[in-house]
Amino acid sequence: MSTTAKKFDESARGEFARFGTTRVHRGELLRHPVYTRFLHWSVAIFFVLSLLTGFAIYSPWLFHWIAPLFGGGPRTRALHPWFGLLFTIVFFFQFLNWMGPMAWREADRRWLRRLRHYATNEEPIEPEDVGFFNAGQKLYFWAIVVSAILFLITGFLMWFDNVIPRWVVAASYVIHDIAALVMLGGFIIHVYEGTAHQPGTFHSMIDGTVTESWAWTHHPGWFRTLTGRDAREAYEREKQRLDERPR
Amino acid sequence: MANPRTFQIQEISAHPGPIPGRGTRREEPVCKYIDVTTCIGCKACEVACVEWNDHPFRETTFNDTYQTMPTTEWNYYNLIKFVEDERDGNLMWLLRKDQCMHCEDPGCLRACPADGAIIKYENGIVDFQQENCIGCGYCISGCPFDIPKFNEQTNKVYKCTLCSDRVGQGLEPACIKACPTGCLRFGTKADMVQIAGLRAKQLREVSGFTSAGVYDPPSIGGTHVIYVLHDINAPQRYGLPANPIIPPSYTYWKWIAKPAGLLLGLLGIGAVFFHRVFYGPKLPQPEPLEVRTGPREEIDAGRKETP
Repeated sequence: MSTTAKKFDESARGEFARFGTTRVHRGELLRHPVYTRFLHWSVAIFFVLSLLTGFAIYSPWLFHWIAPLFGGGPRTRALHPWFGLLFTIVFFFQFLNWMGPMAWREADRRWLRRLRHYATNEEPIEPEDVGFFNAGQKLYFWAIVVSAILFLITGFLMWFDNVIPRWVVAASYVIHDIAALVMLGGFIIHVYEGTAHQPGTFHSMIDGTVTESWAWTHHPGWFRTLTGRDAREAYEREKQRLDERPR
Repeated sequence: MANPRTFQIQEISAHPGPIPGRGTRREEPVCKYIDVTTCIGCKACEVACVEWNDHPFRETTFNDTYQTMPTTEWNYYNLIKFVEDERDGNLMWLLRKDQCMHCEDPGCLRACPADGAIIKYENGIVDFQQENCIGCGYCISGCPFDIPKFNEQTNKVYKCTLCSDRVGQGLEPACIKACPTGCLRFGTKADMVQIAGLRAKQLREVSGFTSAGVYDPPSIGGTHVIYVLHDINAPQRYGLPANPIIPPSYTYWKWIAKPAGLLLGLLGIGAVFFHRVFYGPKLPQPEPLEVRTGPREEIDAGRKETP
């Protein structure tokens, strides 16, 4: 199973690379190939559509202004399950694409223990053992995997509420809502980290590349596997170069 | 769907504010009385309902029964259920007129997330306001009697209105008017409960139905449609739930956890905004420019000292 998935993912990546291009300039590293970027933004589009239509159903008295964007309350309600279904379908391919680098490791437990230091920007660069993704990103990814499964199951139960027992449907509403709230919280942090908090990260998802300094700052382990250089050493050398530069 | 001004409104689904005009006028709770024991299954009430509500005739299926269709539908509010039961070794038909029960504590209204889509009047009538309905179908799972039905064309939900448009004009519901045997009556709740009690007593003492009684389930605060049943101990035989209840999530989850969860989620936006303000961005290191942090005075002092 996993080998077929891997083979499929690799061939898809190859096919997409034939159509899309990623320009890697001097001093930059390739982070996200075209296929990954395509998947990420497809997931993002259907997630946002599901989120907006979901808000309009979740509490109409607060979000009644969203429904007209989708053609009114009943149309919004009718579209929501389809947006959700498309979200889970594209996310499934994203899952195949990222399953490998998202695997949980011993280093991630250490990362979580120093989460407070991470959140307060205490260290200039991340520890040596932070690879392609850090533990926060992995947590968000696996939260989406779990939520997507819950969304899919409870979503279908609610979709066919005329044949499913009412207690099951009532429980599904609650589970669906909890999963959505978890995703909402994660989504807010994800967008913040990807844009305002870590300059260069949004660029990596649009153009596919990051600067070397971005790589050794945020993902030293990945930097080492890609370039063979030590992140801390590269950082110190660059710092020295800047210090010695005449002002 | 009555004109909302016709009756005094008691409750509005998912309405966060006060109820407009509530408590300005007294209204007597109304009730429909259905004596299952004298129903002859003529279906006059079904026809009257379809006629009054201007519903088109709909196709049905034949399931080896006299029943018009398997369940009530979005354009068939009123259906006599022909339950084939047994008494003293012989066939006994339990003919129950199935329609909205107009619960005192309506599960549909509890479940509904759309402001103003379901309204309960002071007189006990529970009415759907389709112009506010978003077609989510929560009411379908909220109802203990499986009454609200979804219309695939309009994407909205419909059910019996207890002829609120007729009642508002001082008329009885169409089904009551059509009934030839007098097994259907309409009046105030107090009157109907009294008549039903007398009829049940008569059934017990004269007709030999020793466990006859009135179905007015207290678990949902009573209903504004009450039945006289041959056997009050087994309402399931008539297709009625013995102890109808509303999932508690429609009260606790909807009014406490849902807004609280949403508030927490949206507070996240404030949290990341102020995180950015307090801690600044995480730039690729090393940053090209010298950075000075500290109290304002120190920075100013430092500035003065540099030539």
